[in-house]
Amino acid sequence: MFNLEGYSFAIFLGLQQTLLVGLLAMLLACFIGVFGALAKTSSSKALRLSASFYTATIRGIPELILLLLIFYGVPTILQDLSASFGLEIIIDLNPFIAGVITLGFIYGAFSVEVFRGAFGQVPIGQIEAARAMGMRPGLIFYRILFPQALRYSIPGLSNIWMLLIKATALISVIQLDEVMRMTKIAANATQKPFTAYLFAALLFLAITLVSILIQKYLENKYTRGYH
Amino acid sequence: MSWHVVWDNAGWLLEGFWVTLQLTASAVSIGLLLALVLALLTLSTHRYYRWPAETITFFFRGTPLLVQLFLVYYGSGQFRHELDSIGLWTYFREAHFCAIFVLALNTAAYSAEIFSGAIRSVDKNQIEAGRAVGMKNFVLYRRIVLPQALRIAWTGYSNEIIFIMQATSLVSIITVLDLTGVAGRIISKTFAIYEVYIAIAIMYLVITYTMVFIFSRLEKRLNRHKN
Repeated sequence: MFNLEGYSFAIFLGLQQTLLVGLLAMLLACFIGVFGALAKTSSSKALRLSASFYTATIRGIPELILLLLIFYGVPTILQDLSASFGLEIIIDLNPFIAGVITLGFIYGAFSVEVFRGAFGQVPIGQIEAARAMGMRPGLIFYRILFPQALRYSIPGLSNIWMLLIKATALISVIQLDEVMRMTKIAANATQKPFTAYLFAALLFLAITLVSILIQKYLENKYTRGYH
Repeated sequence: MSWHVVWDNAGWLLEGFWVTLQLTASAVSIGLLLALVLALLTLSTHRYYRWPAETITFFFRGTPLLVQLFLVYYGSGQFRHELDSIGLWTYFREAHFCAIFVLALNTAAYSAEIFSGAIRSVDKNQIEAGRAVGMKNFVLYRRIVLPQALRIAWTGYSNEIIFIMQATSLVSIITVLDLTGVAGRIISKTFAIYEVYIAIAIMYLVITYTMVFIFSRLEKRLNRHKN
């Protein structure tokens, strides 16, 4: 059924790039999410406002536009700015890095909400108790808040991961050799576009299925002792 | 910096803006009908009704929209003769038709999940009470189940409409001249990359938050009995 004249191997190579971009972007998204959530609940008004501005803008703009803006727009903005200071520089973003940064920033905005909800679920009494014992804010975060919030955030983060891994297909637009771009090459070479894209679709379905299994495993693992 | 490019092409951008709104409206209205059918099939106790509906939902939720667009737009070429012989090729060679076809199915799959969840969470006792006073299935659905399910589903469904509006930007990749497609054309003529992308990003922000505003007003109206 999937006779792609050896191109299926190329698509498998693309899968490695897809997963690598996806995982790195997810890591960045979680990082942004934690700090964004802390900023949104902080006592500083400036921090709160900038975190809200970030989540509101990112969620209001389609992923594709943000990707194109970062990959093609940011280098030209910098070049134009430096030209106005009389400097000649040429910036070329690597599609891999641009992809990780863009997806990380987009899904970071979503994970801010997940972490904010998760931090909110940790009972305030525990934090007061920790403070009463003389723990500093950093230590409270590291020992009390974060480990428990992580557990509450698993369902939300899994949803984000499923959206993120599907969004990696967009990076083919900026010429990264991930699944979609390799599939396009295979489709053109074999003249069997339907077979090729169906193959790619099944790969993504497989990723989704494996992700669901991992999510179940993690949920079981981290809710042990709570039932 | 050449912001005048945006003003010079304002008319063209507005045309693209209009296409984006039209695509969203067609996808959402066709998708809504399909979603209701899919949701009812998913809830059926009959295996042969449930299984196809669940497969369709799983496929469209588990694969990236871009793969689906390419599968239909480029993939249909592989079956050109077959489609020609039943008179469908004239539709499938049009990018605009493929765009609406895929967007409608995609949003139908996501919405079906929201609707079936909402229908499931309607209080069982009310359904039994309805049966007890002699309501037939159709009347029961129209008077008891659907009005309440609509309230439960509203938040999720309005988010889905906003998602699909933003997702229409992907159809520019299969040559449809929506807002993003028009922006790409203007950029290839003028090289005003970030000016045009920032302009359309703002336009998408305006559409998104207008929709958010309208939907939250409607939500208040739907729940007006509660306060």
